[in-house]
Amino acid sequence: MKIGVVTFPGSLDDRDAARAVRECGGEAVSLWHGDADLKGVDAVILPGGFSYGDYLRCGAIARFAPVMDALVPAAQGGLPVLGICNGFQVLTESHLLPGALIRNDHRKFNCVDQRLVVENATTAWTADFEAGQEITIVLKNGEGGFVADEHTLDTLEGEGRVVFRYVPDEQGRNPNGSYRHIAGITNERGNVVGLMPHPEHAVEEGFGPSLDGRGFFTSIIKQTLESAANA
Amino acid sequence: MSDTQTVPQAPAVPVLDTVEHAAATPDVDQPWAELGLKPDEYANIREIVGRRPTIAELAMYSVMWSEHCSYKSSKVHFSLWGENTTDEMREKLLVGIGENAGVVDIGDGWAVTFKVESHNHPSYVEPYQGAATGVGGIIRDIMSMGARPIAVMDPLRFGNLHHPDTQRVLPGVVAGVGGYGNCIGLPNIGGEVVFDDCYQGNPLVNALCVGAMRVEDIHLAKASGVGNKVILFGAKTGGDGIGGVSVLASETFDEGGPTKRPAVQVGDPFAEKVLIECCLDLYKAGVVDGIQDLGGAGLSCATSELASNGDGGMQVELDLVPLRDASLQPQEILMSESQERMMAVVEPKHLEQFLAITDRWDVEATVIGEVTDGDHLVITWHGEVIVDVPPRSVAHEGPTYNRPLARPAYLDELNASGTASLAKPETGDEIRSQLLTLIGSPNLCDKSWVTDQYDRYVLGNTALAQPDDAGVVRVDEETGRGVAVATDCNGRFAKLDPYAGAQLALAEAYRNVATAGAAPLAVTDCLNFGSPEDPGVMWQFREAIRGIAEGCKFLGIPVTGGNVSFYNQTGDVAIHPTPVIGVLGVMDDVSKRSGSGFRSEDAHVYLLGTTRDELDGSEWAHVIHKHLGGLPPQVDLAAEQALGRVLVEAAGAGVVEAAHDLSDGGLAIALAEACMRHGIGVTVDALDRVGVDADGNPLDAFTALFSESTARALVAVPAGRAAEFEAMLGDVPHARIGVTGGRDLEVPGVFSVSVAELKSAHEFTLPAVFGA
Repeated sequence: MKIGVVTFPGSLDDRDAARAVRECGGEAVSLWHGDADLKGVDAVILPGGFSYGDYLRCGAIARFAPVMDALVPAAQGGLPVLGICNGFQVLTESHLLPGALIRNDHRKFNCVDQRLVVENATTAWTADFEAGQEITIVLKNGEGGFVADEHTLDTLEGEGRVVFRYVPDEQGRNPNGSYRHIAGITNERGNVVGLMPHPEHAVEEGFGPSLDGRGFFTSIIKQTLESAANA
Repeated sequence: MSDTQTVPQAPAVPVLDTVEHAAATPDVDQPWAELGLKPDEYANIREIVGRRPTIAELAMYSVMWSEHCSYKSSKVHFSLWGENTTDEMREKLLVGIGENAGVVDIGDGWAVTFKVESHNHPSYVEPYQGAATGVGGIIRDIMSMGARPIAVMDPLRFGNLHHPDTQRVLPGVVAGVGGYGNCIGLPNIGGEVVFDDCYQGNPLVNALCVGAMRVEDIHLAKASGVGNKVILFGAKTGGDGIGGVSVLASETFDEGGPTKRPAVQVGDPFAEKVLIECCLDLYKAGVVDGIQDLGGAGLSCATSELASNGDGGMQVELDLVPLRDASLQPQEILMSESQERMMAVVEPKHLEQFLAITDRWDVEATVIGEVTDGDHLVITWHGEVIVDVPPRSVAHEGPTYNRPLARPAYLDELNASGTASLAKPETGDEIRSQLLTLIGSPNLCDKSWVTDQYDRYVLGNTALAQPDDAGVVRVDEETGRGVAVATDCNGRFAKLDPYAGAQLALAEAYRNVATAGAAPLAVTDCLNFGSPEDPGVMWQFREAIRGIAEGCKFLGIPVTGGNVSFYNQTGDVAIHPTPVIGVLGVMDDVSKRSGSGFRSEDAHVYLLGTTRDELDGSEWAHVIHKHLGGLPPQVDLAAEQALGRVLVEAAGAGVVEAAHDLSDGGLAIALAEACMRHGIGVTVDALDRVGVDADGNPLDAFTALFSESTARALVAVPAGRAAEFEAMLGDVPHARIGVTGGRDLEVPGVFSVSVAELKSAHEFTLPAVFGA
């Protein structure tokens, strides 16, 4: 059960994602941005951070990294991929997921313990949750506003591809101005999931707001073990 | 580069001022005064080099002999550190004062390095870049010890919250701290945000970084081994920050002076993140013999310090330095403070491997020279010698001033004007109303507008962060061993009595670390003061150092390093003396740390320590009466030590549900903060047990609630473990004053206020000024 974690120059939560995989019983394999080699892993995590400094558009340079030449076709072929924060931005820049992430509407970096509702508990990364379940994990970013055109938003909602929504505050606002409170989405096949909040920071007692992030990693580990058993 | 005020221009003819040319033209007029050198300093340089200095040498001496780099006004007082450091204190000290940062042994083969530094003046000129590069600079100091940086903290001080310039400076500083720290991937786990009119023209932006390594991985800044290569790696050298550190940090901001904008450096956190990972790979491969970061005074500092610390000379070909701006003159290259650069000394046999690692990280690395068997630092420019100096004379043998000091005349009057005559609240309603005013006042209000702009989770080892009393991070993921760090200083106390004020800052940081459950181990300090040319300021400075050094000796924890920032003064008006103290403590297992908020109902609430009638210099006097006078609270380091032992032991035994230190605003504010943290109330049914007055009668409710007596903490203990806790208390004065529960902070017979109302007053203040 091997889960690859890609390190781009400027990746920051790569060691954290690897730790979360191990904490939940998987084997973490380090993947290097400069190598178009997925080392035979069963799933891949694109971690948070500021790949290549993100001085252009977030994720816009990372999508051209050699590792993405191997990852994009593999994801299109069904390899489970989770993009967290900067990883989500890389997935939208790579067109593995629709929409884009723009500067938070309040123009500040924002680090909070964020409540989310799980909308889709059937993806490769969310099967251990219940639809409608509320979880609290860390949100920390400066460019986390999810935007897309109306048609795309309608399609995402119509096809059940909104995986997480922010629980809005009393004034009905979400933490970054995301359209329709969308925090995370999936592709048509349900193997590629991207979200702005960080599940890897909610897997260990005492080091994060909850243990709610574990479900992401236990979901993928179970699914991979099952598909291996069926193979 | 247009700032002719700060950069020496080469003489018009000939183009290059070589050593040979300097020797032949002894009478050329040189811009030493414009560079901030005094006549006798310039004469001294001529004597050292035996001729007039070249323009490049003059540039080097001027930056290295500036106040910021040479500590020329402060170092005569540094003997107080050594005199007050016992052998016992040295036992855990692996590297002491004088290196890039001190290193302490935290057990199990782990070493931790930490240091706090100022970036005050650049942050006033250009808040975002000034603050960002302050963070970047301290991180490089930690990296250069061989450590992986693991956390940062930022003690910040601003002028009046409602002054328009605060609205220029604060958002920029906060965005800069966050922008750099977040992008480099270090959790920001604490610090301070303080407002006082005295900082209006001189905000204080201090930055602390902590790093961890295995004991055997400690690296030092020295160039040894003849033939070893000197490698400059990281970012290219540009025209930014030329003369920045020396010029900005060593001059006061006088009205009508030239604009200083071009002298502030520009940061690139991505480049530094890559540099961190690259350096760690280099250390792991064992290919680095000596290492130094490039910070203030850039190449002038790195080359002269490395050579000075080593056992030979050094030769550098300056024209090999990769440039961002090809038009830079050699003296500008020597002075440039371009960020994200490091210098390593590498044995020739390791060169290939070194360059392979820098290549992998796409970090540019250039061999620019080598260690020689001479005793001079020789720098050439296209083959011609432009610098030929003894490196110690540049790096370590700069001028020293024993400046006059005198106790300020105003102190007698200030100390005589205490709070006894101020109107105190007489009814419960008045106390309630003043509590709500205080909890929303600039220094006590909720700071999440600031701290939510910092990533406190990255690296996954943060066990505690602001607003808790100390930041706690895990170092060893197997055992849970880790460190706690807190920074503190109450400048008002230091103004009233700098000796006591410095000790109170030390005591508070010590207490905060112990409150989190960690055993205090070591100290770093950032000494922010006015102009050393003012005898009153020098007296404050001497008193503060003496206070810290003697306090540390009493507590048995060494000062491992730090920084002095003078000239925080506009005209005749200096800031309050602000000796910011950082204390680092160690925990065997950080999962046992104590948070500051009540977590469940029906826990017993204890007040530990002695409460006296001590309101002079308090937050209450400051906010309610805009008053500063009298004498600060009594320092009682023995009581701090006893309290600390109890807090650490109780946390280790797992009987502490919450622990919170008492400081600004006293018991009332500590209770309110403990309630607001998780929304759980408290009933204080034994306020009369808090303390007694001079006649032995219980303190009145107001004094009991707002006095700022030190060596006190609030501890909540599950009812079932109260007896076990009480048995640990020994002779530490204590009183069980209440029980947690409900949704109100209630003092029966005095007042009651809902936690919701407290929160709304607490959280309103900063967003009202800076926007949501």
